[in-house]
Amino acid sequence: MHPIAILVAQRLSLGALLLLAASALIFGLTEVLPGDAAQAILGQAATPESLANLRAEMGLDRPAFTRYFEWLGGILTGDMGNALTNKLPIGEQVGRRMSATLFLAFWAAIISVPLAILLGLIAVRYQNRWPDKLISGVTLASISLPEFMVAYVLIFVFAVQSMSWSIWGWFGMAPVAFPSFASVSPGMPLSAQLYAIALPVAVLTLVVLAHMMRMTRAAILNVMQSAYIETAELKGLNTFAVIRKHAFPNAIAPIVNVVMINLAYLVVGVVVVEVVFAYPGMGQYLVDAVVKRDVPVVLACGVIFAAVYIILNIVADVVSILANPRLRHPK
Amino acid sequence: MLKNIPLSAAIGLTITAVYFLAAIFADVIAPYGMAEAVGDVWEPSSAEHWLGTDQIGRDLLTRMIYGGQTTILIATLATILSFTTGATLGFIAAVSGGWIDQIMSRLVDLFMSIPSLILALVILSSIEATVVTLVIIMGLLDSTRVYRLARAVAVDISVMDYVEAARLRGEKLAWIIFREILPNALSPLVAEMGLRFIFMVLFISTLSFLGIGVQPPLADWGGIVKENKEGINFGIGAALYPAVAIATLSISVNLIADWILNRTTSLKGGRG
Repeated sequence: MHPIAILVAQRLSLGALLLLAASALIFGLTEVLPGDAAQAILGQAATPESLANLRAEMGLDRPAFTRYFEWLGGILTGDMGNALTNKLPIGEQVGRRMSATLFLAFWAAIISVPLAILLGLIAVRYQNRWPDKLISGVTLASISLPEFMVAYVLIFVFAVQSMSWSIWGWFGMAPVAFPSFASVSPGMPLSAQLYAIALPVAVLTLVVLAHMMRMTRAAILNVMQSAYIETAELKGLNTFAVIRKHAFPNAIAPIVNVVMINLAYLVVGVVVVEVVFAYPGMGQYLVDAVVKRDVPVVLACGVIFAAVYIILNIVADVVSILANPRLRHPK
Repeated sequence: MLKNIPLSAAIGLTITAVYFLAAIFADVIAPYGMAEAVGDVWEPSSAEHWLGTDQIGRDLLTRMIYGGQTTILIATLATILSFTTGATLGFIAAVSGGWIDQIMSRLVDLFMSIPSLILALVILSSIEATVVTLVIIMGLLDSTRVYRLARAVAVDISVMDYVEAARLRGEKLAWIIFREILPNALSPLVAEMGLRFIFMVLFISTLSFLGIGVQPPLADWGGIVKENKEGINFGIGAALYPAVAIATLSISVNLIADWILNRTTSLKGGRG
């Protein structure tokens, strides 16, 4: 077998092990901490007998080990049980909300990835000059704010203030204000859906753009310090040709890594942004469930978010193995 | 030491100092009581209310000062907890090596494979959010990052001759960690402390904004945004003041951390 296939297989099996361990950790945390589903349902009115009865009825009196494997099997087959608060099946909700969240994350990724790489290249080209400093300054500012603050600043400017700008008149347009609530329904045409999610996508883009651009810049600068770049410069190539022909191909692996890590980061940013814009996705579902102490929903959402995050990180690892020429052609 | 301080670090130090002093002396400088309704709903700024009033007529400047106190207190305590736990465990792992190191490092890998916000949400769905539980949850979740840094730094130091000498003298684990490794690992850890503190400020603000962090009537910056967010749609910027506060505080701390890192890593006369 090719050594690289062995490496990838090793990485994938380690990843599967990590997924299993992470699901056990999340399940275990809710087991160890005080309170369970039976207590949440009965609330203050719980007597020891009624608690014991309900636990027996819900199967909570069985050992945690068996319940963990039942729960895990349920997650894998899409049968996640019912929510405590409204008794609706969790799987149905997750299916609908997952596609909404993916829609949001997809557009944020489509915009932020090319933009981040382009800005990273510009920052390297004009290193330590004003374009680099401007880009660094803006990114420093946007990572110094939590996601929801960026969101409210954008709402304030583009959903409220923009109504009174005179710019619109210059172009003969009616004032445009972006919606501050992202209500999307399945029947809407794509353009209307995109208009509705313009601000949340902008927030997510800004948040990951900063990280991605900084890391791209660092990855390319790292390559730029190699000896073959100096050779290319000495033979008289201009800077953009050096970046395009010599630096960029070698920087692809680290950049793909950066992109994957930031997509994973996007998954977390989505939680907060959905709450701000009342967007009916997984993040809002999770936060609602935490506020209502609906443990089965929290468990299901938590493990899904964790799994997406871990899988994206595994993909990043595998890509960097595949993209490394030293591993592809071993001596 | 303070003679050659660069302008950026001086600005950072000044602003950070102002925020910490305002937090410590909140009771003295706040113009009104924390939960005292003193005006109309969302009054604009005036001579009596410099930042205006909030959604139920409380003085916003007062809320911001007390909010800063809660935010900074929680962030500081969580940072201290994160550092003492993370650094101690990291040093123990580095000095002991072998299976102790393996078990602890793999456990940390597992915790770091799940985003801390998701873990915090799962934990907070089972237990009550109070200042104490928030500090413990945030501090312990974040200590994994400190553990990695501390272990990496300490592994390099623990192969030094003077550590070997201490081992041969028969010194105990505690001596090696606190007398040999800690003093030499301090500068990267201090710079990291600044970044962890900012992360804590952002973390607690996010939790409070989501409604599962600091609970009312206590004020904190994230909570102020949550309380006043409806105002934004009417063009009232009350919810944006915490944004300004968080941004200036975290940029200032960043500037200080950069300065410390430059001083301690640059070989050309860095250690003045």
